[in-house]
Amino acid sequence: MSLVAHDEVTQAGSILFGPVDSRGPDWFRDQQRAAWKQFESVPKPTRKDQAWRFANVDLLDLTPFKFGGTLSDHDRAEILDQSRGLAEVAGRLIFAGDELVHRDVISDQLRQRGVIFQPLERAMVEHTDLFRKHFMSQPATLGSAKFAALHQALVSSGTFLYVPRGVEIELPVEIFHWLAGQNAAVFPHLLLVTDELAKVTVIEHFRSAHRQSPGFACGVNDLIAGPGAKVTYVCAQKWGENVLALQINFTKVEHEASVKSLNLHLGSRYSRFESLSRLTGEGARSDLLAVSIADGIQEFDARTLQDHACPHTTSDLLYKNALNDRARNIFGGLIRVEPHAHFTDAYQKVRNLLLSDDAEANSMPGLEILADNVKCSHGATSGQIDADEMFYLQARGIPPAIARQLLVSGFLNEVIERIEERVLADHLRKLIEEKFAR
Amino acid sequence: MKEANSAVQIDRSIGDFAYPEVHVRDAGAGLSEKTIHYISDVKEDPDWVREFRLRGLKTFLEKPLPTHWASKDLEAIDFDKIRYYLAPGTGAKRSWDEVPEDIKRTFERLGIPEQERKFLAGVEAQFDSEAVYSNIKKAVGEQGVIFVGSTEGLKNHPEIFRKWFGKVIPIGDNKFSALNSAVFSGGSFIYVPPGVKVKHPLQAYFRINAENFGQFERTLIIADEGSEVTYMEGCTAPKFNTTTLHSAVVELVALKGAKIQYITVQNWSANVFNLVTKRGLAHEDAQVKWIDCNIGSRLTMKYPGVIMKGRKARGEVLSIALANDGQHQDTGAKMIHAADETTSNIISKSISIGTGRATYRGLVNVPKHLKHCKNNTECDALLINATSRTDTYPTITVRGTGNAVQHEASVSQVSAEQIFYMQQRGLSQAQAMSLSVNGFVNDLVRQFPMEYSVELKRLIELEMEGSVG
Repeated sequence: MSLVAHDEVTQAGSILFGPVDSRGPDWFRDQQRAAWKQFESVPKPTRKDQAWRFANVDLLDLTPFKFGGTLSDHDRAEILDQSRGLAEVAGRLIFAGDELVHRDVISDQLRQRGVIFQPLERAMVEHTDLFRKHFMSQPATLGSAKFAALHQALVSSGTFLYVPRGVEIELPVEIFHWLAGQNAAVFPHLLLVTDELAKVTVIEHFRSAHRQSPGFACGVNDLIAGPGAKVTYVCAQKWGENVLALQINFTKVEHEASVKSLNLHLGSRYSRFESLSRLTGEGARSDLLAVSIADGIQEFDARTLQDHACPHTTSDLLYKNALNDRARNIFGGLIRVEPHAHFTDAYQKVRNLLLSDDAEANSMPGLEILADNVKCSHGATSGQIDADEMFYLQARGIPPAIARQLLVSGFLNEVIERIEERVLADHLRKLIEEKFAR
Repeated sequence: MKEANSAVQIDRSIGDFAYPEVHVRDAGAGLSEKTIHYISDVKEDPDWVREFRLRGLKTFLEKPLPTHWASKDLEAIDFDKIRYYLAPGTGAKRSWDEVPEDIKRTFERLGIPEQERKFLAGVEAQFDSEAVYSNIKKAVGEQGVIFVGSTEGLKNHPEIFRKWFGKVIPIGDNKFSALNSAVFSGGSFIYVPPGVKVKHPLQAYFRINAENFGQFERTLIIADEGSEVTYMEGCTAPKFNTTTLHSAVVELVALKGAKIQYITVQNWSANVFNLVTKRGLAHEDAQVKWIDCNIGSRLTMKYPGVIMKGRKARGEVLSIALANDGQHQDTGAKMIHAADETTSNIISKSISIGTGRATYRGLVNVPKHLKHCKNNTECDALLINATSRTDTYPTITVRGTGNAVQHEASVSQVSAEQIFYMQQRGLSQAQAMSLSVNGFVNDLVRQFPMEYSVELKRLIELEMEGSVG
C-alpha cells in the first residue's frame, strides 16, 4: 500500500482499498499485508466450485462496502439500549462497527484465577504468544479462503477470551456485534482458548442498528478446547435484511474435550456459515447444531466439516431449517474420518421443513471414511408440515396460523433442547418467536 | 479387522485370456477428424450420423476433464494412445457356424452358447467394437421386437431410432458422452412395440480385447406404450498391461405405461477406466429400473439416471459396488423428478476391500410446484480392511411443499462377533467373511434375475478371497 492509496482510503473508505488502521504491532501488520495479498490473488468463487455449489455467488459483490465511520451519539445510545441479551452474564463486550462501545468486565475473582477477557488488539500486545499460537492457525478449507484472508487483512477488533486450567466460568460470556450505517462493513473475531479442564459458555449476538441498511459482515472464530475442557458456543445471527454475511468458524477439540456449538440464523439477505470442527485427541466430542428460519428471499448457506483426526472421537451434527416464501437453503457437510482414526462415531442429520411452494432446500451431506471400525451415518430429509398434525391441532380449536407456528417451533425445538443451559435455550426460543411474530 | 491384509489375490483366470488379434479395420491410435471420417467411411454412416460424430468430437475437445469434482486419476488417461475403432472386418452373423473360430473360442470360455440355450431370448455378443454374432429367437422377432446393433439400427430403422438417438443423453452432457458420440460403434438398439411384453431377458456381452483399445458402445432401448422389456449386460475383460478405456452411452425411453429393466453385472479387469453415461426417460406411468453391479476396473464412474417426465412415472436404481485393492468405484444415481406424483428409489450398497475406495455420488432433484413426489435413498457402505475407504456425496434439491425426500447412509464393518460365531461353527475366517459380505448385499441380490444373482455371489466370493489375514 502506498501513501497515496492510504489517502484515498480515508476519503473513500472502501474496504477494497485494503488495510488501513494499523494499530497492531509490526508482526501483526505484516500478517495483515500478507493476508491482503492473498485476498487479492485468490480468485472469486464461482458456482462451478464444489464448495460454492448452489450458492448465489453474484451476491458477493463487495464494492459498495466501506469501513464504518464514527458512530452518531443517537446510534450509540440506541445500540447500548438494544444490547439486551441475557440477564446475568460473567462479562460482556459490545462492538459497533468494530469499535468497542461498552464493556462489562469479568469479576475480580475470575481475573485473579487467570481468566483473560479483553479486546483482541490488547491481547495481541499483552498475550502475544497465546495469540500468535491460535489466531487463525487453521486455513479456511471449506471454500472461503479468500474471505478469511480479507478478514485477517482488515480485522481491527474482537474478543480474546482465555480460560486457564481448571477454571469454570458458570455464567455465560456475552458479545454483541452491531452493524451501523449504510453499506458498513464489520470483521468480528472471537479467539477463545480454554486450557485443560476449563469450562466456559459464550454467546455472540450479530445485529444491525438499521434493519434495512445494506451491510457486510465477515467474521472468523477460533475456538480452542484444551484437554478435558468443556465449551459451549452459541451464535444468534440477526443481521438486517440486506446484509451479506460470511462467518468462518474453526473449532479444535483436544483429548477428552467437548465442544457444543449452536448457530441460530434468522437475519441477513445472504448468510454463509462455514464450520470446521477438528477432533485431535482421544475422547474428544463435538456437537454441531444449527437452526435456521428463512423467509422472503433469504439464502442461508452452511458448509461443515467434521474432521476426525484421531481414534476414539465422536461428532454429532444436527441442522434444522424452516423455509418460507422464496427462501433458499444450502447445506454442504462432510464427515471425514482420517486414516487410522478408528473407533470413530460420527453422525450428521439435516432436516428441511418447506413451508411454501417457492422455498428451496439443497442438501449435500457427505462422508469420507478412510478408516474402519467406525460408526458413521448421515441422513437428510426434506418435507412439509404433517397434515394429520395440523388437523389434530385445529380440531382442538387452534387457528391454522398458530397451529403452523407451533409445529414449526416444535420441529426446531429438538435442536434448541440440546443446549443444557436453560437461560440460553430460552433466549434462543424468544428470538425464534420474535421472527415468527414479524 | 485389526490387521490389514493388502495382498488381495483375485482369481481372474476365468476372464484372463486373449487370442491373437486379427483386425481388418483399424483406425490407428489417437483422435482427430480423420479418425471420425475413417469410422464413418468404414461403417457407411448416413450423413447425419457423420455430422453427429463430428459435433461429438468438437464438444469432447472443448470440454475439460471434470476433475474439479471427480478423481484426478482421470488425468492418467492418454487419449492419444487409445485406438478408437477396430473391427474384425466381418459383419453381423446370424448363425453360430459362421462365427470365426478364434472368436468362438473366446465366447465358449465365457459360456455364451450355454447361457443362450438355457435362458436367453437373444444374444448380441460384442467382440471388441463390432457385433459379430447376433441372434434373436424367433418368438421375439415374431412379436415385432427389433433387436439389432447400433450401426444396423441407424441404417435400417432411422424412422424409429433417430427420434430418440442422442435425446436422452445429449452430446454435450459430459466429456465422455461427447467422446462416445464421436466414435461410438457397437451396442444394441432395441424397439419393443406397444403392448408387447418380452418374456425372456435380452442379453449382450461386451469384452475388451485389443490392447489400448477403447470400447464405445451405444445402446438405445425404446419401449413403446404399455410394453415391457428386460435387458441384461455382462462385462468381462482380459487383463492387459496398459490402461484401456470403456465409455458407453445407454439411453432408455419408456413411453406411456412401459417398463424397462436394465441389468448390468460388470467385472472389468483392474486397469480399465469405465466411464459410462446411462439415463432413462420415463413417460406417464412408465417405470425405468437400473440394476447395476460394479466389480473390477481401475476407476468406474457411472451414475445411472432416470428423468421422470410423465405423471406417476417411477425411477429406480439398485446398485452394488465392490472396490478391491487399487480400485475406485465412483457410482451412484440421478433422479430428476419432472412431473407430479413421480416416485424414485435408490438403494446403494458398497464394499471396500484392501485399499479399495467406493464412492456414492447421487443427485435428487424435485423442482418447483410439483406435488406428491417421493424419493427414498439408502446408501450402506461396508469396510473390510483398515486401509479401505468409502465416501458418500449426495446432492438433494427440493422446492416447494407436498414432496417427501429422504436420504440415509451408514458405514459399518463386518462384526467381529459374527465372524467369531461362524468360526466357532467350523467355517474358516475367509468363508465367514465371504458369507457375511454376501449377507450384506443379499436383500439386493435377491432382486436380480436368478442366473445373475448366482454369478454375482460367486464373483463376491472370488473378490473376498485373501482379504482377511
